[in-house]
Amino acid sequence: MPFEVVSGSQAAAIAVQRVGVDLVAAYPITPQTAIVETLANYDAKGELGCDFVSVESEYSALACCNGAAAAGARVFTATASHGLAYMHEMIHWCSGARLPIVMVNVNRAIGAPWCLDPDQGDSLSQRDTGWMQIYCSGAQEVFDTVLQAYRLSEELLLPCMVVFDGFYISHTYEAVDIPDKEQVSKFIGPSNFKAQVVPGEPGNIQGIIPGEIQHQLVKKRSETMMFAPSLFEELNKSFEKIFGRCYRAVEVVAPIGAKTAIFTAGATAETVRWCLPKMEGTAMIQLRMFRPFPAEQIRSIIEKNNFERIVVIDRNCSVGVGGILAQELKAALYGMSKLPAVHDLILAGGIDLTGEMLGQMVEESDGNVKTGYKWGDELL
Amino acid sequence: MEQLTQDFLRTKKLPHIWCPGCGNGIVTAALVRAIERAGYNQQDVVIVSGIGCSSRAAGYLNFNTLHTTHGRALAFATGLKMARPELKLFVIMGDGDCSAIGGNHFIHAARRNIDLNAVIINNHIYGMTGGQHSPLTPTGMKATTAPGGTLERPFDLLELARGAGATFGARGNAAQPRQLEQLISRAANHKGFSVVEALSQCPIAYGRRNKLGGAVEMLREMKDKAVSVEKASTMDVDELKDKTLSGVIYSVDAPEFSEEYYRSIGKA
Repeated sequence: MPFEVVSGSQAAAIAVQRVGVDLVAAYPITPQTAIVETLANYDAKGELGCDFVSVESEYSALACCNGAAAAGARVFTATASHGLAYMHEMIHWCSGARLPIVMVNVNRAIGAPWCLDPDQGDSLSQRDTGWMQIYCSGAQEVFDTVLQAYRLSEELLLPCMVVFDGFYISHTYEAVDIPDKEQVSKFIGPSNFKAQVVPGEPGNIQGIIPGEIQHQLVKKRSETMMFAPSLFEELNKSFEKIFGRCYRAVEVVAPIGAKTAIFTAGATAETVRWCLPKMEGTAMIQLRMFRPFPAEQIRSIIEKNNFERIVVIDRNCSVGVGGILAQELKAALYGMSKLPAVHDLILAGGIDLTGEMLGQMVEESDGNVKTGYKWGDELL
Repeated sequence: MEQLTQDFLRTKKLPHIWCPGCGNGIVTAALVRAIERAGYNQQDVVIVSGIGCSSRAAGYLNFNTLHTTHGRALAFATGLKMARPELKLFVIMGDGDCSAIGGNHFIHAARRNIDLNAVIINNHIYGMTGGQHSPLTPTGMKATTAPGGTLERPFDLLELARGAGATFGARGNAAQPRQLEQLISRAANHKGFSVVEALSQCPIAYGRRNKLGGAVEMLREMKDKAVSVEKASTMDVDELKDKTLSGVIYSVDAPEFSEEYYRSIGKA
């Protein structure tokens, strides 16, 4: 298959072109802009084959996707940081409307003050909106995850956010295996979800309902999303048959006898992957799927490997509580008979993770102390 | 005068980040001179900006400056003005910032006729993110999000403001900085919502893509196209085609919002 050297952003855009969507709506924001620009270039060359709407705000971008998806169109948008925050109402709305929208979010810190550096708090703070969220650690994963997001989304009728770190992934170039449209169509196929707006079948959609019905709808939405981890594994089996590679909702790299596992998501997972050979007795758990949170898979990995200590790398901070991945992990471990210690390294804002920091963090995380945290600047 | 103008700049923050040939510095300098011309005390002036190339100006100006979110500068400024109506507020925005996400705040500030001085640097493009078309990009012009030329029609910003209730509207350009300074100064002296559209050049993200030449050529074209309101009144429709009206386009008196509000609660 042809390898091309592309940035993470380009990988996302090319994946969208290969999928064959009906409508793209987007608004520029750093560090996401290259995705929209790449799509606009395809459009100008007549190679996008869909409507390209350059809207006046991120809110409009997602509203435009909502309208188009309600009419049965396969849609795409991309944003970052403040753009995602601005979409917040629509993010909830699209999930409630059960529309299979795929959106890429490129992580960037949220102000004030203004900051461009990658912090995952933008997307993690959208965790309760009813979207599936998948975090990628490199450009190949970005390309592949966009394809998989459409399958997940259209089968469960829930929107899916594909997330990757600004600059570390969006602006760095890697060799990516980019299959052609024909190959991709073997995995994706045409969209066949039912349109909500159908000419000749008038109805009032997304209208007002009593709380009792809303309760039922939320319950159904939540129960449906719980199928995502197993569906993801299933989809990856057919993905592997076509493309020769596959992913898991939670990936583990565990050298024999490792007692400590580093738990992280996104670009930091790639840093950890490279550092592992120099870190004796240390494993890595890479969280790809964050929503729904694959608690069962994580518990089974920890039980199977007998991990005694988990060191979480959180490129975010829920102010007043701490790292979000650590919170979610601890909640998932509740009730385990052999509970590992959980220590958190918080890199919120824009601090690079180095091998030295990782080594120091692992060394200083005492297995006898059940939980603790350190700020990245304390290890510099 | 030279020394005072220097006092209005945070010289330690210079040199600025704008690209070579950018017009933002010219407009910022005109603003500084206009504030000086208006005779305001440095401590009474507040600069509010949104985000984008134009809004970086707030960082270089030695007043109380508030660098706010994209498109929302006028909403922040409205809060400031209502809390401290004696302050003199200048709101610096770009064309993308002001007229896209900021469009709603723009028309409502105009509708209220609140005493804010909006200076919109219009270079027809989103410069900071690398050249996407904005709501003020002329139809047919190229941008990264419109490689074949945009099909969309631009706003006439001053007419939009007038329709929404603004009481002062003026247009100047970076090629005629002395006139721009006078226009901003007149806006400052006007009670009510004032809009100054400052046409400017972005040779990097707009000029190059549209083959408009460098900064010199763009400035020359800007100057050649500009026709004063007075001169325009003697020209016919054909002569005015492809020309840009400059000067004070409208200036009318109407009750100012913060003053009316404080009067209504008996504090005026």
